[in-house]
Amino acid sequence: MIKPSKPMSVSVLGLGYLFLYLPIILLVIYSFNESKLVTVWSGFSTKWYATLLDDDELITAAWLSLKIALMTAFASVVIGTWGGFVLARFGRFRMLTLFTAMINAPLVIPEVIQGISLLLLFVAMEQLLGWPQGRGVFTIWIGHVMLCVSYVAIIVQSRVKELNLSYEEAAMDLGATPFKVFFVITLPLIAQALISGWLLSFTLSLDDLVLTAFLSGPGSTTLPLVVFSRVRLGLNPEMNALATIFILLVTIGVVAANQYMRAAERKRAREMRMAFQSESTLAETDNSPVMARQAEGASKPALLTRKGVQS
Amino acid sequence: MKTLILRWLPNGRRTVIGIPFTFLLLFFLVPFILVVTISFSQQQLGVPPYTPLTTLKDDVYSIALNIGHYKFLLQDDLYFATYISSLQIALVSTLLCLLIGFPIAYYIARASESVRGTLMMMVMLPFWTSFLIRVYAWIGILKNDGFLNQFLMWLGLISAPLRIYHTNWGVYIGMVYSYLPFMIMPLYAHLVKMDLTLLEAAYDLGSKPWRAFIEVTLPLSKNGIIAGSLLVFIPAVGEYVIPELLGGSDTLMIGRVMWDEFFNNVDWPMASAVTCAMVLLLLVPMALFQHYQTKVLEESKR
Amino acid sequence: MNVQIQERSAPAAGRQGKGFVQVIDVVKKFGDAVALNHVSLTIEKNELFALLGSSGCGKSTLLRILAGFETATEGKILIDGEDLARVPPYHRPVNMMFQSYALFPHMTVERNVGFGLRQEGVPKNEIAERVNEALDLVQMRRFAQRKPHQLSGGQQQRVALARSLVKRPKLLLLDEPMSALDKKIRQQTQFELMNILNKVGVTCVMVTHDQEEAMTMADRLAVMSEGEVVQIGGPTEVYEYPNSRFSAEFIGSTNLFDGVVVEDEPDHVYVEAPGLPARLYINHGITGPLGMNVSVSVRPERVLLSRAKPQQPYNWVQGAVKDVAYMGSYALYRVELGNGRMVTANVAGLVLSQGEAPSYGDEVFVSWSESSGVVLTK
Repeated sequence: MIKPSKPMSVSVLGLGYLFLYLPIILLVIYSFNESKLVTVWSGFSTKWYATLLDDDELITAAWLSLKIALMTAFASVVIGTWGGFVLARFGRFRMLTLFTAMINAPLVIPEVIQGISLLLLFVAMEQLLGWPQGRGVFTIWIGHVMLCVSYVAIIVQSRVKELNLSYEEAAMDLGATPFKVFFVITLPLIAQALISGWLLSFTLSLDDLVLTAFLSGPGSTTLPLVVFSRVRLGLNPEMNALATIFILLVTIGVVAANQYMRAAERKRAREMRMAFQSESTLAETDNSPVMARQAEGASKPALLTRKGVQS
Repeated sequence: MKTLILRWLPNGRRTVIGIPFTFLLLFFLVPFILVVTISFSQQQLGVPPYTPLTTLKDDVYSIALNIGHYKFLLQDDLYFATYISSLQIALVSTLLCLLIGFPIAYYIARASESVRGTLMMMVMLPFWTSFLIRVYAWIGILKNDGFLNQFLMWLGLISAPLRIYHTNWGVYIGMVYSYLPFMIMPLYAHLVKMDLTLLEAAYDLGSKPWRAFIEVTLPLSKNGIIAGSLLVFIPAVGEYVIPELLGGSDTLMIGRVMWDEFFNNVDWPMASAVTCAMVLLLLVPMALFQHYQTKVLEESKR
Repeated sequence: MNVQIQERSAPAAGRQGKGFVQVIDVVKKFGDAVALNHVSLTIEKNELFALLGSSGCGKSTLLRILAGFETATEGKILIDGEDLARVPPYHRPVNMMFQSYALFPHMTVERNVGFGLRQEGVPKNEIAERVNEALDLVQMRRFAQRKPHQLSGGQQQRVALARSLVKRPKLLLLDEPMSALDKKIRQQTQFELMNILNKVGVTCVMVTHDQEEAMTMADRLAVMSEGEVVQIGGPTEVYEYPNSRFSAEFIGSTNLFDGVVVEDEPDHVYVEAPGLPARLYINHGITGPLGMNVSVSVRPERVLLSRAKPQQPYNWVQGAVKDVAYMGSYALYRVELGNGRMVTANVAGLVLSQGEAPSYGDEVFVSWSESSGVVLTK
């Protein structure tokens, strides 16, 4: 095997990760700074966390964001899975190109564009149908779902594609109707993709600023909107504290999910090795290609990614 | 062909395709058409803050298309400078992402299999945290009295603070920081798939490592480079938050201009026209992206 | 060639009855490409019928049409007299054992095998009973609580078999049943599979590209090429009496001599092949005019090598040994004729050990008996 030079590799990756993590580390450290001047260290204090707890505006906004994120995650998983499955399993149909384009485009399209166009839609709908009245949670929800659906659809599509079609055919061959095949066979087998999609939608929604700015109305101020309005004015130690809490939660979540998945994978690999060895009655080794194929397909470490999920 | 599911229920098939299709049509395509329509109307005070395109007066149904906004967009120097500057900032950011992202992706892909997953997770991890927070973090670093200047002055490299915050350089740094993983992801995916015996074969045939890199590795990661660049370039053109927080008042970007027209001037038709201009700017890269996506789709079918 | 030829005393082998499964003039097109071109087959009850051919010959398409995953563009399929064209796969009395086995990875062996019965709404206790029965049949009962990935390849195959048999299908489809198995255990598995199938007595259609597998397992087989059936018959029949150049070359290997019929009597034929010193004599007649272009197929194991000129006035040719490959129980000789053509001969180990074995470069005579050649007209 060709190995790249170790010192180069270590220094490139070292610098790379320093670039990625230094801003975050500084942010966390200075959240414990006593001074109101964020960049000047004056002593350890947790007072900004206390301020955070008393900040009603922030807490209300956080609850609203959480609520919208949950609603968004569920809706986008349902619609995204539906769309992704259609893309992966329905072959060619008229308008397929348009369908694919509409699924893919939101991945890259600047959010300002989606924001203004959805807003104009809701305004036009209100004029024509009298609904939705004004802007608020509902319009933000739809906007966020539109933002996330593409990600879910693409994750699901690629997972379904690598899923061997013969599982579904076998189920049908054994008498399950297409509807039942989807729920009893396909869904459980792509569960991991659904979880990835759910988590991704949840965080995207929790984090979204631009789309929300267009679609929110009075009384529906989400957390990013509050944070942005304050951050715009400059540094703010309270925001450092908020960021630290956020980072802590996310890190725990991602690391735990990753560990869990890898442990499951290792267990699986071990069991498969044992099954190999157990076949002593027939032959010493049974290096069957089927088992190798299953090992690849079954548990891809679902790197929970935001963009670039295709490839 | 192979997809027999629901072929036995011809109507079922249509329904199953139709529902997500309609959803996308209603909330993705129709809004776009509305943007185009409203870009031809005029600003007015009231609700909604634009005039209708069609009027029915004395039994005369008339359509009035106001092309004034487009005329203005084409003639006004400031707008022209904005297009150029948006494209330039996005392009520079994309190139910087590629220059920084490629070595990182390369060395992760060549790391031993046991650590690759962790390394990639570490690339993705910051990006699960809030985008806003990440951009905010750079304010503290780049400010005149920020960490970077403190550090450089402490080293004695500079005597007066560098002005980075509220300049285009601040925007570049913010862009690279925010979009780097979108570059690394597809690059990594291509590099890790690469068959290393190809390199061995190249060495065996007398190629020096750097030649082998240029002639084998680079061409094989071409699709990854294209995908990564588009994933960075397209959203970067329309970026609003980064120039707003890290850029100066002279940092012209089309997303920001559109935002100002919309929120500050409440000129919806003008904002719509700017949006259309943005879409036009992005049409070619988006078509490329779409083309690439379908290619990937078809390859995976085989 | 060590093709195993084996007579089986299957009830319906070779007999032409009304047919339990009838494939009538089936055509399948994918766009402009023709996958099946007017295929007709009749399969008897309890017969193990193999579709043999290289990849892309249409055998898998035919299997998928039988299963209901594809619909025929033209033609009819009758199983037990019932036309299945409009019956979806989940209502067909047909079950399939997939090439990759397609065991549901999220279900235990027991739930995998019971899956089909649960779809039919069979009562719980009956499901348990029939699942156990099926698992006993394949000797997998003690693995009932395992997940597929905890099984070896051979075990997975047996579970897949149990799963496709438990619904007692009228027709069982086997898609390349051995291809996912290691070579070492293949042969033993073939016999085990045949035993189980004989025990339950089920009509089977098997798809394979492996001619040894088809010869070993099938009662009858259909050789397919480019969407058409080339020959149908029992393994011995197809091997010994190929009806075409394709069959002769696809099943086993053979030497083909192209020539012209110069004498055709009911009990023998003379063929004159350009470049050969003697005429070819075959002790059976053919239907066709004199002067017709034909090929004569001679299997390598029927070819004799000698240093001395054979006594017979026909069926011989002279050449030089170009290659000798020792294969253990026999040796493979390649002899170059005067006109540059090669003839392959299998020489049994016994003959080799008797000293006289020719070696590289030796001038030898190649000959065969009058019953060894087969005249091929297409």
